[in-house]
Amino acid sequence: MTDADTWTRKDLISIEDLNRDEIDMVHTLATQFKQTLGRSQKKLPTLRGKTIINLFIEPSTRTRIAFEIAAKRLGADVTLVEQKASSLVKGESLRDTAQVIQALNADMIILRHAAAGSAHYLARILGIPVVNAGDGAHEHPTQALLDTFTMREKLGSLEGRKVTILGDILFSRVARSNLWALKKLGAEVTLAGPATLLPDTFAEFGVTIAHDLKSALSDADVVMLLRIQHERQSSSHFPSLGEYKALFGLNAERAAWLKPDALIMHPGPINRGVEIDSSIADGPQSVILEQVTNGIVTRMAVLYLCMSAAARGKGQSNG
Amino acid sequence: MDKILWIQGGRVVDPANERDAVGDVFIRGGRIVGSLSEAELAKADIIDARGLVVAPGLVDIHVHLRDPGQTHKEDIGSGTRAAAAGGFTTVVCMPNTSPPADNPGTIQRIRDAAARRAVVKVYPTGCLTLGMKGEQLAPIGSLKRAGVIAVTDDGACVQSNEIMRRAVEYAKMCGLVVMDHCQDAAMTEGAVMNEGYWSLRLGLKGWPASAEDMVIARNVVLSRHTGAHIHLQHVSSAYGVDIIRRAKKRGIRVTGEAMPHHVFFTDESCKTYDTNFKMNPPLRTEADREALIEGVLDGSIDIFATDHAPHTPDEKDREFDHAPFGIIGMETALAVFLEVFHHSGHADLPFVISRLTHKPAEILGLDAGTLSPGAPGDVVLFHPDETWTVDGARFQSRSRNCPWHGHSLRGRIRRTLVNGVTVWDGERVPDDVPAVTV
Repeated sequence: MTDADTWTRKDLISIEDLNRDEIDMVHTLATQFKQTLGRSQKKLPTLRGKTIINLFIEPSTRTRIAFEIAAKRLGADVTLVEQKASSLVKGESLRDTAQVIQALNADMIILRHAAAGSAHYLARILGIPVVNAGDGAHEHPTQALLDTFTMREKLGSLEGRKVTILGDILFSRVARSNLWALKKLGAEVTLAGPATLLPDTFAEFGVTIAHDLKSALSDADVVMLLRIQHERQSSSHFPSLGEYKALFGLNAERAAWLKPDALIMHPGPINRGVEIDSSIADGPQSVILEQVTNGIVTRMAVLYLCMSAAARGKGQSNG
Repeated sequence: MDKILWIQGGRVVDPANERDAVGDVFIRGGRIVGSLSEAELAKADIIDARGLVVAPGLVDIHVHLRDPGQTHKEDIGSGTRAAAAGGFTTVVCMPNTSPPADNPGTIQRIRDAAARRAVVKVYPTGCLTLGMKGEQLAPIGSLKRAGVIAVTDDGACVQSNEIMRRAVEYAKMCGLVVMDHCQDAAMTEGAVMNEGYWSLRLGLKGWPASAEDMVIARNVVLSRHTGAHIHLQHVSSAYGVDIIRRAKKRGIRVTGEAMPHHVFFTDESCKTYDTNFKMNPPLRTEADREALIEGVLDGSIDIFATDHAPHTPDEKDREFDHAPFGIIGMETALAVFLEVFHHSGHADLPFVISRLTHKPAEILGLDAGTLSPGAPGDVVLFHPDETWTVDGARFQSRSRNCPWHGHSLRGRIRRTLVNGVTVWDGERVPDDVPAVTV
């Protein structure tokens, strides 16, 4: 893995920071890891003896489990720290919690936090690697790495490919990370959704803005649906889930506007019958479950690369 | 027995009197005098001001001294020392103390603390509404008797137009200016920075300029309706400036202030999630910054102030979402305004000084801001071109939340005098400085 030796980041905070070569490096390594998945003995000894802390200050199922499995496949020990079971509820600051974890000889922190910039903040404070597992509405870099990995598996190069991201863009870290990743990989990005969840200012990111579903779907090679994040919104963002479904939900009728070979993706969790109907989510164009599986190998690649950079002592902080 | 001071050979800039020439300033018995007799000159203490600007002591009508109740951030002693170090001889403190200054007892407490520990002149403001809750008027008349110079719910803008209408009518009867922090609360719930490209990019909740413009417009309408003078605090948006400009053309009695950070930084500064760039109203876009500068230059925005808002390092050292709003500003304000308005070539020195002296004093009717004979002997001496590097560790303020830390700025305070007494000698506050009462 000579390629991997050129990776210099101990932290993965955002896709915005990465260059095209770095994304390629993660995907190349993930492909190699994927070949090991079929084996009966799935564990690799690469990170044996390393302790990784899953510091999850916000609820998560698939991301947390995928990171845990990825770390264990590489032989690391994983400990989960959740907000309700930590001293954070006793008023301990994030800085102090993280420093305690570092003092317990942890080798890496994987952070999920509701505040944008929190991973950036920890990386600035800590010497050990920090991997961002989602910081507020800012970024979810490993999600974009697994999404683009999945697209590349299916489509080959993303150069000139059209990707539509549909849904709650404003509050979505997945949309932001994918936007950077897709642009770096040469794809053309359309963001679609209700105006209140998709401010026109997004056009300044070099993407197309669409409020009309037909135009957003008809020439897309990939459509990525996003969940409506009620927990982050005030009631003023749109009338109701019913109205959302009526105007923006992907049902069979609208799916017919798609090219027959267009991929349908969703980072999960899915609200069936709201942003996507079951027949589409479970249909032949859907790669939603493959995304989940690919989440393991891409995260193995990230953990391996960041840990190796830290071990080589040339780890760059994003701080 | 009156002490006599002869400030010699400086460039005397006294905009209220249209004075800008090399000359002398005399202080006798704590007040400015036009001339001294030969006998007085012979026994005067001489301050050599050659090469320096000699100006009226600066006036900041928007500071938070955190006293009483939050003295771990700042108190009247440390806050007025910061003022002295920044060349300010008169400050007006906001009423969002703990408890809030919505009753005569708290005002008296602030005045007592100032009489014991203040090294510059402190004028308190009182709340507009009880507890700054925006529901019921504070006893504004009694607050005036207790010594407030203006009323405001700074930081907790009155949301009800009905309450605001009654508040400005009542304050007008009492002869008090209403100062308003213009913010629509519903439009800014949970917001931590300007809404725009950078808030989208950083994933932080945006505070739209419209939420400020809306309340500026509300206040223009209410000022026109009632004839009351409403002072619009820390204006930060381009359209807000334009609303004020047009209101003034119609003769409506509104005034506005600009802060150092809003004319110096933009929302791009938030890109490292450094909480020293988190304040309210937030840093806005380059277009807003330029419009604010233009508004100051054409007189739409009347004055400068700082919104000096101390918070401890522990409080600021948090996730951006969770850190408190606000930065300190008094110790860097003059240099920042000189950089943005004078060294840039936009305006001459008297223009900058006027926005920091007699103009803010006139808004609130303070006995400050000029070198007229008979005026208090409040004087600042500074070198307008001297470069210095801002070092938070050297601040007089108890807090360190300053976005200019590490910046190189031009314009250095060399001496600050209050009633003819040196309260800042260019390096420190002398040990024997007496407390100042107003």
